[in-house]
Amino acid sequence: MSRIAVPARLGDDGTVEHPEHWHGDQWPRDQWRGGHWPRGPFRHRGPFWLRRRPRSGGPLRRDPADRLGGGVAAGVAAWRGFSATAVRIVFVLAALISGGWFVPVYVAGWLLLPAAGADGSIGSRARSDARGIRLAIGLASLLTLVLLALTAFNGGWFVGWAWPQVFSVTGLVLIWRNAPPEEQETLRHLIEPLETAAGPGTGGRWSALRLVLASVLLIGGVGWLFSAHMSVALLRPLGGVVLVIAAIVLFLGPWWLRIARDLVLERQARVRAEERADIAARVHDSVLQTLALIQRRADDPQKVVQLARLQERELRSWLFEGREPNEEDAELTVAAGVRHIQQDVETKYGVPVEAVTVGDCDLDDSLNALLAAAREATVNAAKWSGASVISLFAEVEAGEVSIVVRDRGQGFDPEAVPSDRKGLAESVHGRMSRRGGTATVTTAPGEGTKVALKMPRTAQGRSSTPSRT
Amino acid sequence: MSTPRVVLVDDHGLFRSGVRAELGKQVEVVGEADDVQPAIELITELLPDVVLLDVHLPGGGGQVVVQAIKAEHPEVRFLALSASDAPEDVIAVIRAGARGYVTKTISTTELADAVRRVAAGDAVFSHRLAGFVLDAFAAAPPGVEKPSIDPELDQLTTREREVLRLIAQGYTYKEIARELYISVKTVESHVSSVLRKLQLSTRHQLSRWAAERRLT
Repeated sequence: MSRIAVPARLGDDGTVEHPEHWHGDQWPRDQWRGGHWPRGPFRHRGPFWLRRRPRSGGPLRRDPADRLGGGVAAGVAAWRGFSATAVRIVFVLAALISGGWFVPVYVAGWLLLPAAGADGSIGSRARSDARGIRLAIGLASLLTLVLLALTAFNGGWFVGWAWPQVFSVTGLVLIWRNAPPEEQETLRHLIEPLETAAGPGTGGRWSALRLVLASVLLIGGVGWLFSAHMSVALLRPLGGVVLVIAAIVLFLGPWWLRIARDLVLERQARVRAEERADIAARVHDSVLQTLALIQRRADDPQKVVQLARLQERELRSWLFEGREPNEEDAELTVAAGVRHIQQDVETKYGVPVEAVTVGDCDLDDSLNALLAAAREATVNAAKWSGASVISLFAEVEAGEVSIVVRDRGQGFDPEAVPSDRKGLAESVHGRMSRRGGTATVTTAPGEGTKVALKMPRTAQGRSSTPSRT
Repeated sequence: MSTPRVVLVDDHGLFRSGVRAELGKQVEVVGEADDVQPAIELITELLPDVVLLDVHLPGGGGQVVVQAIKAEHPEVRFLALSASDAPEDVIAVIRAGARGYVTKTISTTELADAVRRVAAGDAVFSHRLAGFVLDAFAAAPPGVEKPSIDPELDQLTTREREVLRLIAQGYTYKEIARELYISVKTVESHVSSVLRKLQLSTRHQLSRWAAERRLT
């Protein structure tokens, strides 16, 4: 990479500020922000898992979408197909067993593994961040001095733990300065407790009290620990550990809580964004398409009404019943069956069907017969009545299921129906009576038609609890 | 009876102007509002006979408007109107005090009729609302739940059920009256009584029913 680094520097609020000369002669801002750092001759060589990436490892990528810290654990989990939580637990155990040495290893992973979807690791950017490197080295040497001083005084296990963290701090500084904005956000959370501990007058009385108490406990605990080796009592060092832990909890507790909350919020926001995209896609696929169709069919009112009804039903079933628009309704319950009749009749005959279902239950043979009869009656009404709308009402009660199909059309004289027209006689009456149900047809010329169907529920049907799909 | 004075509350300008054009001759549309707060101010100022209220408004559900107005001006009546009738939303507006609920696909004549009915103090149920109510009151057998303050409120009478069933089948009040051999006035009183039960019942089932329905 031949270019000199652009000295992006950290502003007071922790965000990266760009120098004035940024615009114009440097790389486009959004390209940088998106993590697409120009990477020289290594770009565009085959699929990404084959592409050789110096300093970035193989196909192992950090997973920023599921991160708690740097997304290393999530990345390893995704890489090897483990659960992220399991990997995290292993990481924490590793950190405990290795005496803290695993922490810098983790930070190195964060620094050197590119995030999934991003081009190049943070490390490759940090390489050219001269200020950052100076800052990191400065901080590391300061820390080293402090630790040396502590060792001289009798450091014990604490210093043993702290040594590896010199490397962690160095890595974190580089990450902080070179990570994309959303990862800087995570790091800011990690830094925050120091600010709250250091910033006077920010928190009010409670937080002041908390800090004082924590400091007292910490000093007491550390003092106790340092004096422990002189004592023979086994309980004393333990007491010191307890005090130190209490101090840490008091120091960092509110901050931990806040981090947990922020992570939840962040995840929710991401889910919301995905949902929104999903909805936009659906609205486009269904509603906008239908609207376009309606505009093209504007001269055919019948067709327009039909399209509008179809769309309305689809949208309604998606919004309120959670069904996918093109999902096949497995006709397993009465309500689903009624919905099917409504759809088919509206689509085939272009007559709106107002369907109302009260209660629901699973289907059995006799209820299938009931639905078939109801379908026949509805189709008849759509074909012959001339009514502008057909009502379809189904009610599931404890002992029976009833369906009423009604139209305000021309009606007919039941006596005058030719005997070769089998629709009503066979499909409706026959079907119902064979299963122990009844069908009542009320009609007269000019009066509309009402077909009331009742089917007793069998023991099996009754025992199944009412369910909705 | 004089023409009822009506305020339209709906966030869709297109829909408001459509309704105003259609209803113009049959009722007196005195004002329009497009959200909760403007609606409350406008209604308090104009005190119309009937408010045609969209169930869904950007600044909160229609029930917020009903609750705000009902406290001070019980004489203003509300008719809920919605294109999307998720049962829980509809039931919420009715329980807040709306006198009825119709879908936006209703014909102009029927809508004008519904407005007059509500202005006269009657209840207006669409076939869909009738279905919801039947479902809500039938959802659990009585006796399973904790006894409520007034058990009479928790159940529909046989007659009320019959009336609701016929409404759900698309019958008009007049047709119901003929079907059941009762007067239109009696039909109206049955519907009003159902409305009262719907609003006053402490039945746990009723408030939870809609939400449950959505979950399964």
